[in-house]
Amino acid sequence: MADVLERVTKIVVDRLNVEESEVKLEASFKEDLGADSLDVVELVMEFEDEFEMEISDEDAEKISTVGDAVNYIKSTM
Amino acid sequence: MQLNGKNALVTGASRGIGREIALELARQGANVAVNFAGSEEKANEVVAEIKEMGRHAFAIQGNVGDSESVTAMMKHVFEQFTTLDILVNNAGITRDNLLMRMKETEWDDVITTNLKGVFLCTKAVTRQMMKQRHGRIINIASIVGVSGNAGQANYVAAKAGVIGLTKSTAKELAARGITVNAVAPGFITTDMTEQLTEDIQKTMLTQIPLARFGDPKDVAGVVTFLASEASGYMTGQTLHVDGGMVM
Repeated sequence: MADVLERVTKIVVDRLNVEESEVKLEASFKEDLGADSLDVVELVMEFEDEFEMEISDEDAEKISTVGDAVNYIKSTM
Repeated sequence: MQLNGKNALVTGASRGIGREIALELARQGANVAVNFAGSEEKANEVVAEIKEMGRHAFAIQGNVGDSESVTAMMKHVFEQFTTLDILVNNAGITRDNLLMRMKETEWDDVITTNLKGVFLCTKAVTRQMMKQRHGRIINIASIVGVSGNAGQANYVAAKAGVIGLTKSTAKELAARGITVNAVAPGFITTDMTEQLTEDIQKTMLTQIPLARFGDPKDVAGVVTFLASEASGYMTGQTLHVDGGMVM
């Protein structure tokens, strides 16, 4: 389970140029981590690649925090 | 050649301007997916001509105004091409009529193919181009989308819409290395324009400073430029290819 968070964290750190310590479960991509809307779209695309899954536009819209992403990914595993 | 090894998709490429764009991209080195709606035979001719140049090419049926059709088309394209560098949104139709006589279906058909089609195809390639951090999207608008034209309210609205869509898409995708530009052809000799009466053609000629009708090659050359590295610092622009009709 921790593995999902680790992998998500790595992607977020790489993509958004933030410190690992900032990537908390409750952190919002846009409000806390400086992402714009397109950054979030790109993050979701990278999650899809990393976890070999497809996230529909509808589901993607509900992902706004690190925790949302981790929970969504876990729910599909 | 400026487009060596690049992969391109041209919609509405079996005839007219789209056909010439597909051929010119191939002459410059690109592999080309040749989309068509109805004329499979013509599309296969374009494919054969491109293959003779030693490039990869295939025909792909698809109605650009229908999202399911576009999804199926893109799936096929990405089975053949691992990357997509160039999208030319060219597919278009006309249903000319005076506004007061225009049927709702004439309005809807033109908006669906000419405007919604650009949206659907652009949306479908954006993910791939964002991942590549590179892409060229070229939308074929029309000079009447800038100037207006009696008897073509639906077509003009769609083409003016394409110019606006070009600008918005350009702003959204610029940071990802994708440029989006439009070409606005004037009076280009094709099947579509040959339907006009001789009188209308004569009147139009008097309005063209370069004093001749355009050839599909005139448009294809500008599209090739927009597809190449040479245009890398341009995005959101509409280039008029109209012999100087509208300045």
